Amino acid sequence: MTLLLLAVNACLINNVVLSQFLGICSFLGVSKKPDTAAGMGMALTFVLTLSSLVCGILYHVLLVPLGLEYLKTIVFILIVAALVQFVEMFLKKFAKALYDALGIYLPLITTNCAVLGVALINVQKDYSILTGTVYGFATALGYTIAIIILANIREKMVNNDVPASFRGFPIVMITAALMSIAFFGFSALK
Amino acid sequence: MKLKKNSPVERLWNGLFVENPVFVLVLGTCPTLATTTSALNAIGMGLSTTVILALSNLIISALRKVIPERMRMPAYIVVIASFVTMVDFLMEGFTPALYASLGIYIPLIVVNCIIMGRAEAYAGKEPMIPSFFDGLGMGLGFTAAIFCIASIREIIGAGTWFGMQVMPSGYVPVNIFVLAPGAFLVYAFLVAVMNKLKIGAGRRPKKEWDPTEKICGDCLSCMKLGICDEKPESCSETPAQTIARSKGTVAEAIAAPAAEKPAAGAAPSSEKKEATKS
Repeated sequence: MTLLLLAVNACLINNVVLSQFLGICSFLGVSKKPDTAAGMGMALTFVLTLSSLVCGILYHVLLVPLGLEYLKTIVFILIVAALVQFVEMFLKKFAKALYDALGIYLPLITTNCAVLGVALINVQKDYSILTGTVYGFATALGYTIAIIILANIREKMVNNDVPASFRGFPIVMITAALMSIAFFGFSALK
Repeated sequence: MKLKKNSPVERLWNGLFVENPVFVLVLGTCPTLATTTSALNAIGMGLSTTVILALSNLIISALRKVIPERMRMPAYIVVIASFVTMVDFLMEGFTPALYASLGIYIPLIVVNCIIMGRAEAYAGKEPMIPSFFDGLGMGLGFTAAIFCIASIREIIGAGTWFGMQVMPSGYVPVNIFVLAPGAFLVYAFLVAVMNKLKIGAGRRPKKEWDPTEKICGDCLSCMKLGICDEKPESCSETPAQTIARSKGTVAEAIAAPAAEKPAAGAAPSSEKKEATKS
């Protein structure tokens, strides 16, 4: 039950992009078409769940017993980078269909700050390995929901007459601001 | 004003104005939005980023002939992550209040696009002194920009500036500016104002400002840095040149490196051109 609450909190109330500002870059960059956005969301869900699991295991099994907690930033970023490479090779070899669906988005995830952010939040909030993994999955789900909504709005927005100085970046940011206000409504779920 | 290329003053000027990372290159969006709730937070975040940027540029530039071409990205990440860890500890020890309010955004400087972007676009090929000043200029440009955003948010959203009451006592703070949506709004309006100025000056900003239509100039460029093995020339050129070179959309820009992957060994540059043309 607490896990479910945590998941709802990470997914909707404290949405990763709209209230914590993690992964903004890809949120704005890859949200032009709904299907690309969905692909990015799926790839991130896959990697984020796996990386929070692996980072959690390594932190609790290796870094804490050895007293090397201060190395966590370096270790986590290298794990994420290596994991993305590994997942890509593994999928290419053994799950061709999944690779074709997620393949082009996987490399983009290494520098997505949501992945490193979640690993660090898990340590900061002292989550266990299981809780951390659930938190990672829920966060990624929240990201997917947000990016798909934004992509659909942007698709509709193409036909709108936007003032010249607001075209491009500013109007996307204003859309995100309105979505962010809308997501405040979820805080009633607390 | 004509400055000597790669001189310290030129680099500082470039980072502060010509290629301001926040308003011109639109890099490092995450910390720009997340740490601008108060002017003090912004200054803290900006200065720590500046220190890391200048020092990592210096070290990366010093090691540029030692690091093998293919191991570039991991090597840069390790250098940057080491400096971030040091700054993290220094801030925890000496400025605990600031450290608590910035939270995980301090360790997240590792994945700040500006740092990786400068390492790749400048420090990896230029001598140490210009690289150091390049990092310093970029960092100060970042600090100045997020300080602007933070000041607007704090004054409107809380009626204070650096914690001091600046608005008249009858002023009711517009809370939303300190909350998440305010960050998006203020950033959007500042960029729109810059666009307006550019239109007034007779230039057409629309193409240059749309981060979704160019490869360089937003975080996609650094995501791209992580995936392609070749030096992304797109990052050392002006936005206009980037647009002229590739008229493709972001989806195509993403697809391009993926398309060249199966044919490793074959001339990747020519293939990339084809992919972006199509």
